[in-house]
Amino acid sequence: MAQQSIGLTAFGGYIPRLRLQRKAVTQANAWIAPNFLGKGKGERSMANWDEDAITMAVEAARDLLGPDDDRSHVDALYFGSTTMPFKDRLNSGIIAAALTLGEKVRAVDIASTQRAGTSALMQALTAVKAGEAKHALVLASDHRKARAASAQELEIGDGAAAVSVGTDNVIAKYLGGASLTIDFVDHFKGEGEDFDYNWEERWIRDEGYSKIVPRAVKAALDNAGVKAEEVKHFILPCTFGDKFVQQLAKKSGIAPETARDTLAGNCGETGAAHSLVMLVHTLQKEAKPGDKLVVLHFGGGCDALVFEATDKLSSQSSKRGIAGSLANRKEETNYLKFLTFNGLIEWEKGMRAEQDKKTALTTLYRNEDMIMGLVGGRCKETGVVQFPRSRISVNPNNHTVDTQEPYKFAERKAKILSWSADFLSASMNPPNHYGMVVFDEGGRIMMDFTDVEQGTVDSGMEVRLVFRIKDIDEKRGFRRYFWKAVPIASEQTKTQAAE
Amino acid sequence: MAAGIKDKVAILGMGCSKFGERWDAGPEELMVEAYLEAMQDAGIEPTQIDAAWFSTHIDETGTGKGGTPLSLALRLPNIAVTRVENFCAGGSEALRGAVYAVASGAADIALALGVEKLKDTGYGGLPVGQAGTLIPQWAPSGSAPGNFAQLASAYRAKHGVSKEDMKRAIAHVSVKSHANGAKNPKAHLRNAVTEEQVMNAPMIAEPLGLFDCCGVSDGAAAAIVTTPEIAKALGKKDIVTVKAMQLAVSNGLESQHNSWDGSYFHTARIAARKAYAEAGIQNPRDEVSMMEVHDCFSITELVTMEDLFISAEGRAVMDVMDGFYDADGKVPCQIDGGLKCFGHPIGASGLRMAYEMYLQLQGRAGERQLAAPKIGLTHNLGGAPSQNVCSVTIIGAHGA
Repeated sequence: MAQQSIGLTAFGGYIPRLRLQRKAVTQANAWIAPNFLGKGKGERSMANWDEDAITMAVEAARDLLGPDDDRSHVDALYFGSTTMPFKDRLNSGIIAAALTLGEKVRAVDIASTQRAGTSALMQALTAVKAGEAKHALVLASDHRKARAASAQELEIGDGAAAVSVGTDNVIAKYLGGASLTIDFVDHFKGEGEDFDYNWEERWIRDEGYSKIVPRAVKAALDNAGVKAEEVKHFILPCTFGDKFVQQLAKKSGIAPETARDTLAGNCGETGAAHSLVMLVHTLQKEAKPGDKLVVLHFGGGCDALVFEATDKLSSQSSKRGIAGSLANRKEETNYLKFLTFNGLIEWEKGMRAEQDKKTALTTLYRNEDMIMGLVGGRCKETGVVQFPRSRISVNPNNHTVDTQEPYKFAERKAKILSWSADFLSASMNPPNHYGMVVFDEGGRIMMDFTDVEQGTVDSGMEVRLVFRIKDIDEKRGFRRYFWKAVPIASEQTKTQAAE
Repeated sequence: MAAGIKDKVAILGMGCSKFGERWDAGPEELMVEAYLEAMQDAGIEPTQIDAAWFSTHIDETGTGKGGTPLSLALRLPNIAVTRVENFCAGGSEALRGAVYAVASGAADIALALGVEKLKDTGYGGLPVGQAGTLIPQWAPSGSAPGNFAQLASAYRAKHGVSKEDMKRAIAHVSVKSHANGAKNPKAHLRNAVTEEQVMNAPMIAEPLGLFDCCGVSDGAAAAIVTTPEIAKALGKKDIVTVKAMQLAVSNGLESQHNSWDGSYFHTARIAARKAYAEAGIQNPRDEVSMMEVHDCFSITELVTMEDLFISAEGRAVMDVMDGFYDADGKVPCQIDGGLKCFGHPIGASGLRMAYEMYLQLQGRAGERQLAAPKIGLTHNLGGAPSQNVCSVTIIGAHGA
């Protein structure tokens, strides 16, 4: 028997559905930055106000894992991001709680570099190879901020990707890889800073990418025992244009036409997630069994990984991934909304927003599976399902005592019973939509709606549940997470409109 | 079943302040205004009051938590004062406390007073409260109109009512209350409005526009209760007695169990059934002369007509449009303007409703006096459709 192959076993992806039209940005800023008028083409993904690196990673992971309640096979979680919401609170721990992973999962945050996604993947490969993990989940996600009227504002996108690493159902076999660590400072973000400080582009291009990337490719191919001309997919996040990426491939001995779409036109660069975003996109759109792929991420040197797609790739055909996420889009032409969602504008939220959002951490911990995992209760005697769980059952016909077992709601089908669009209550995206959501298999929750198309909501509409920011406690730097309902027809309406 | 409260307690006197944006008055002045009117009506001395129940909701304006604000404002003779709070139904709870005290024999004469000073909070609508440490971590940070508006979506889905028909029916609810409120010198809002005005008003929480929402007002209302025998001994004629007092409180069924369809008040139906039984009313549509219901929003009033079994289920829209609840209709509703136009100083509202029924039963309602009403019903709600407390009180002429 041949040596057991290790590699990617599944993928998932998530790009927020809002697509900021770059023309709206460049035109609004033309008075101050006329030099960007020529860049006003295409669109970039834009997170809703209630999305961050954690919530996007959760969405990508759910796409990968599917609706099964049992996720006990996941024994390691590596989360790569440069925009983790918490500096000291395990961000991957929040993700694990939202995904209702078991407490024995090894959860690790990998940060501080654009390579965080590929480095997370390398850590997972190492752990599986060493036999310390069997099913490792790798998530990469970024929600980066840029100053108004900056080039980054146009280049950046928000998004997340997920891949799992293991030995069963390998869709892309890991052949080898390399990391070059070089303190080449193309940009940096210092302690306490919200924004990157960038050095001159020409230097980054000529002295950075042009010299470092080919060396990383060579090291990885040597390690994998693969010849450059065998490579069918050259995956490198880069904002210097497709032509430049093709030149880099060529410089590395790889056919220029293998340079894969950087998604600059319809997504923007999703930071530390982008190499995995591009990888998932390639696996969905172009890769065929037997194809060899090189995945690169530049930053403080360069990570390079070599994979070979297998005939198991078709097992992922039902995944939304990146391709599906890109198809689910809503054009956003309101640049001020983008600035507002990104906290770049001081706006009048009204007196109702003065309410203190202090979170009782004791209460949060005591109700952790309820709040983070949307876990309610199911009566073992009557089968009645409810949220939240309680010692005495809500069942009006039989108030059984201490009969409830945990019951997960997040992946269940549900519909809207009642709703309103509220212009009075404080909201980051008025009107505030919320209502009673009723689950097909029992149970109901009065909950916030998000990603809503105003004017399309009605009773009876199906919803999908998503993990989002509930409230931001600006006074203390804390944020609450909970689940919200996304009316499904509004998504379909928009996809059709886009088509 | 218990014998009930019917005819055991009489109303000796009532008072109510002018409601509205009372920039001139703090909670103390409002309390005194309602109290002095009630005392004059009752014709008693402060030393004759044995105990008091005090209702107020918002703590921020300094009238909450304990019994002292009432005792201090009225200079009560160191008697027992109990502060009660049951969301927007607190006023009815104060009255229930006083009535039960008299019925039990523990007090000969008891005072119930509710007050709310909302216009010192800086908000246009109701201020945002804190709901403990768990609920804010998951429940929507919505508003009262957003919660009550949901009745409309569920009611429409259940009964197949179009958006337009519903919008016009709830508009008529408000038009009727404005017409009534215009005739009430103590009302907060005294302007008549048209259906078109109501329907075209700015949206607050879909489908509720500005005129679908009640006034946010300052005000106080008070009742002094005793036994019918003492009332007679004190020289009272046309004695008004309490026929029923019921309170039903949600236990989570509406918000957690799929048997509730979101289009009605589960508690209101329970409280109404019990109240009719207590009062001995067989057919409420024929026997109830008039009502003051908790019309915090127009849609609340509309569905409540069914929950009180006055309109048949699914028929409230038709009854409303037919003018059944108008001042000249079969069962006039909100004859004083209701929460909508008299106003809604939270802790006082339940007592304000009883005040109007009391005046009408005594023939003292001035320009808005109805012809010979016998039975008045008040319906006072606190919370939201999916989780609430609902009080139904019936008063009428002694022996009726």
